[in-house]
Amino acid sequence: MAKITLNINKKEYPLEADPQMPLLWAIRDLAGLKGTKYGCGVAQCGACVVHLNGEAVRSCVTKVSRAVGKQVVTIEGLSETNSHPIQKAWQEVDVPQCGYCHSGQIMSAVVLLREKPNPTDQDIDDAMAGNICRCGTYLRIRKAIHVAAEEQKKLAPQG
Amino acid sequence: MDNQTVSRRNFLKTSAVTGAVFSLGFYWPSNAKSAKVINTADANKFGVEMNSWVHIDASGKVTIFDHRAEMGQGSYQAVPQIVAEELEVNLNEINVVFAQGDAKKYGNQVTGGSSTVRGSYKNLLKLSATAREMLIQAAATKWSVPKLECYAEGGHVFHKPSGKKFHYGELVEAASKLEAPKDVVLKKRSEYKLIGKPLRRLDTPLKTNGVAVFGLDKQIPGMMYAAVERNPRLRGKVKSFDDTATRKIVGVKNVFKVKMGVFNTYREGVAVVADSTWAAIQGKKALKVEWDDTGFEHLDTETIYKRQAEALQTQEGLVFKKQGEPTEIIAKAAKKIDVTYETPYQYHAAMEPLNCVAHYQDDKLEIWGPIQAPEWVQDYISKEMSIPKEKVTVNMTFLGGGFGRKAFMDYPHEAAVISKEIKAPVQVVWTREDDATQGPFRPGITYRCEGVINNGEIDAFKVRMAGQNNDHWRGGKKDVANRSTSEGFLKPYTESIKNLAIMDVPFETPIPTMWWRSVYASTNGFAYESFLDELAQEAGKDPLEFRRAYLKEERLQTLIDKVEQVSGWKNRARGAGYGVAITECFASTVAQVVKVSKAPGGGVKIDQVWAVMDCGWYVNPDTIKAQIEGSIVMALGAATIHEVKFKDGKAVDNNFSTYQMPRITDIPSIEIHIMDNDEDAGGVGEPGLPPFAPALTNAIFDLTGKRIRKLPFSLIGV
Ligand code: FES
Ligand code: FES
Repeated sequence: MAKITLNINKKEYPLEADPQMPLLWAIRDLAGLKGTKYGCGVAQCGACVVHLNGEAVRSCVTKVSRAVGKQVVTIEGLSETNSHPIQKAWQEVDVPQCGYCHSGQIMSAVVLLREKPNPTDQDIDDAMAGNICRCGTYLRIRKAIHVAAEEQKKLAPQG
Repeated sequence: MDNQTVSRRNFLKTSAVTGAVFSLGFYWPSNAKSAKVINTADANKFGVEMNSWVHIDASGKVTIFDHRAEMGQGSYQAVPQIVAEELEVNLNEINVVFAQGDAKKYGNQVTGGSSTVRGSYKNLLKLSATAREMLIQAAATKWSVPKLECYAEGGHVFHKPSGKKFHYGELVEAASKLEAPKDVVLKKRSEYKLIGKPLRRLDTPLKTNGVAVFGLDKQIPGMMYAAVERNPRLRGKVKSFDDTATRKIVGVKNVFKVKMGVFNTYREGVAVVADSTWAAIQGKKALKVEWDDTGFEHLDTETIYKRQAEALQTQEGLVFKKQGEPTEIIAKAAKKIDVTYETPYQYHAAMEPLNCVAHYQDDKLEIWGPIQAPEWVQDYISKEMSIPKEKVTVNMTFLGGGFGRKAFMDYPHEAAVISKEIKAPVQVVWTREDDATQGPFRPGITYRCEGVINNGEIDAFKVRMAGQNNDHWRGGKKDVANRSTSEGFLKPYTESIKNLAIMDVPFETPIPTMWWRSVYASTNGFAYESFLDELAQEAGKDPLEFRRAYLKEERLQTLIDKVEQVSGWKNRARGAGYGVAITECFASTVAQVVKVSKAPGGGVKIDQVWAVMDCGWYVNPDTIKAQIEGSIVMALGAATIHEVKFKDGKAVDNNFSTYQMPRITDIPSIEIHIMDNDEDAGGVGEPGLPPFAPALTNAIFDLTGKRIRKLPFSLIGV
């Protein structure tokens, strides 16, 4: 056990954790933020995706020690009012069914949209292939990412 | 945010709106003839209980109880959408709360068989309209005006001539004391403001910011975490275990043997209780358990299918349906078709692995979890643990997928047993590996199909099925044919085909099996609809026209017209890669056409899927479309990607690295149409699944001449 401090969603969490513990369980059980999901534990499904200094990582295979001194953003911290263009597009297209995979889907899609503001279907497939949705919402995920890209364009500062 | 108190806009206000508290509520059980007044335990929380589904408080706030599990299929949307229509309230101003398991109040709460809407809509409409009429009557009485001059809208009652109004909260106490009118007039379909509209789902915003509480997210004060090493063979026992290494792991508090019920049998394992999920999982990995696996067979996949094939060659089986002289005609025929179709065992693979929170104290028990069948859980645990039923409270959280698996009682039972042992609340977490290997699974089934074509018509039709009967795990009789032997196959065929036999060849293994989305229709559909295609081919007829001739019902003809039209069936070139299949389950019929073409890198690819759903009266077309999209994706996985294989009596693949799932890269374009009619409501969560696999393989036959008779197969390997 070690005393560590995690910065999650711009808030400091002093925790006592086994440094080997995956970030996922530290976020969920120690920091008590349950929005990030467990799906496989072996980097196969993407349910656990969070941002570590802005990069999408699979928290189930990221040791908590790696997150020390970095900015962790989870689905709860993506926006204050559920209003990131990706979140809004997900609502507009009514993407989720059970919804369990979508914390991870959304966190992956946010990074995609930042890096490719105008993603093609192929870009979306490449970026989202690591996220499984057992309910099969894939067609809507694709559609919603296009919707979000449009929305983001409108929001972008002119010039 | 707990699902007990969520709503779309006003979830924070729920506890603040309980200004006036009524101790009496109006209670109208779903199955009772007349109304009666009872004490409602929840009155101080949600106001006056107008009926089991509707509570209205003094401020006019309406709370609607969703008595069914929400696992993605949309009950959280559908139930309120139905109630709000006849109650005349705005959908975005209500609270939606998951009801607890209570059969007396809600009738059947088991979310299975695609039954949420079709099982309760008539009752929901009627009791909502009744509540509305009572509120109108209460207003009319207060104003001393004729009831006919009043109407309800948006949670208010208005007096038309004067423009006066009351909100429901001002009327609810008076209304609750009125005699319930016996025969209220329900709206016509053309008068609906909410039903039939593609309204956005109420739960979507909760699922885009991490607020929705799934079973795994439930936390209660003092809760411990447990992981269980269970015998990988259901029938095996724990002989002994060594927990030396486990107990050295920081955070591990307790290790002991557990036994939980799986339908009419038991499964054994060793529980590790710890102060975090991670410590519990680590502790489980460090266990050394010796199993006692004597007294039952340890089968391999190959052996299972070899035995099924043998049984189908040597046994007639139990009669499910028989008419005419199919066997005699087949025996004498100069030319007959005699083919076998094989379908694999499947695993549910809900994204949320099984889990459950239980708190046992002083002979009472409370459970929270992703549960499809709260009243079954209540019933079962009450019996198994000898706790009076009224002391077992079962709360449904959101479910991260269910597909049938979360209608079993083993995981809540296990959590309850562990909580009792450690005298503390506990959350039992199944790892993905546990979830993938423990079953129960969809049974793998082989079908032998024999047929004779004479003058372009079916002269004899005989299907024998060899596969495990799920009912046997629940104590079902062994000397009767599986009640689902022809599930999925359109019933009219079994009347219009004059010489027909449908038989169930009994087949048992120690591998646990149970429902998987669309149940036997998911495998039967492949066999029957492929076989029909082979018969059409033999008859030299167009596959759709061939089917039409046996499906005379107008409703089916209309469905066929529709799928023919939307898919451009008539204009297609023969051999262009089109296939069709039509199946029925849970009172809905779905036709699908799949179009395939040669893939550039070899094999085939799916260009387009057209699906037409006839589910009768429906609530939300967008939810239905989502369910069909999801069903097709699930069917695609089961047909072309994954299967559960067994070796030495154990499931082999234990995670998504080897048990692959369809991903965004695999998904074809899908176009969906819903038939509009006034027939009774059918299911929507499952019926979209069965026709996909046969429509796909029929399309591949059309393109390549190659008949696929074994699932799963690889698209690129065709
Ligand atoms: S839980 Fe991390 S990738 Fe599946
Ligand atoms: S919505 Fe259920 S797993 Fe994606």
